[in-house]
Amino acid sequence: MGARIAAKDLTQGQELPSWSYKVVREDLVRYANASGDGNPIHQNEEFAKSVGLPDVIAHGMHTMGRMGEYVTDWAGDPGVVERFKTRFSAMVVVPAEGGNTVTVAGTVAEKLEGDRVRLDLVATTQDGAAVAKGEAIVALA
Amino acid sequence: MPLNKGFEGREFAAAPPYEVTAESIREFADAIGDPNPLYRDEAAAKEAGYEAIIAPPTYLTKLNFIYSAEMMLDPDLGLNYALVVHGEQEYEYRRPVKAGDVLIATPKIAAITAKGRNELLVTEAVIRTADGEQVAVARSTIVSRGTAPQEG
Repeated sequence: MGARIAAKDLTQGQELPSWSYKVVREDLVRYANASGDGNPIHQNEEFAKSVGLPDVIAHGMHTMGRMGEYVTDWAGDPGVVERFKTRFSAMVVVPAEGGNTVTVAGTVAEKLEGDRVRLDLVATTQDGAAVAKGEAIVALA
Repeated sequence: MPLNKGFEGREFAAAPPYEVTAESIREFADAIGDPNPLYRDEAAAKEAGYEAIIAPPTYLTKLNFIYSAEMMLDPDLGLNYALVVHGEQEYEYRRPVKAGDVLIATPKIAAITAKGRNELLVTEAVIRTADGEQVAVARSTIVSRGTAPQEG
């Protein structure tokens, strides 16, 4: 138990290495089944378009889940996350061909007492749209 | 039609207990594509100092659909699910969720506010074990598109 990153080695404003993942339709079907969110806008192209969406879109919580992986991999232990918040600002559109690629980047926004830091996070799709902005408070070594 | 402001602050009965299984954690971790061994391998979790396999931070979203149904589907609230998008999600953790936990969420509607043409419905659920230990607080902001009361 415990983070592999030491708070003393970080400075406010420091950028963390960014990380990208690919999301395709099959991922959304798997996520729907595991999460219990069966809304057809995340699986059925015809339905998604019928309610005015450009195509199938990813679940916001799928994006937040991947942002969580970014934070826990960086910190080295999922148990050190004290607070995690994400605002969904745009859609991750997932076409049948090729899916989408999302890049997650983080910055040390603030150093807090007790070797804790607040990270600012942003997820951006391959066309440059910021789809989610988040923050996480993690307890470091 | 605007949401019923009378629901602001309303607390709802605790949701049925939810048992966290190692299998459901692995399934969820697979679904977000996170290969972390602490979500799958009990030996690795114990080596890291945990009693059992732990869950990814957003695993608690699985409970959301259980505890929010009663609130969201109350016809007097006036929420039209076709107009709803997820605006924001926040979790505060006391400790990681782990396999074997029996979790009980107690939800309430924290706020209903207008923002432009939309309304924001903020729900908050305190998540405790069956023994009463608080594990997390979950806050969701749901956007109800175009339902804000219009003046004039």
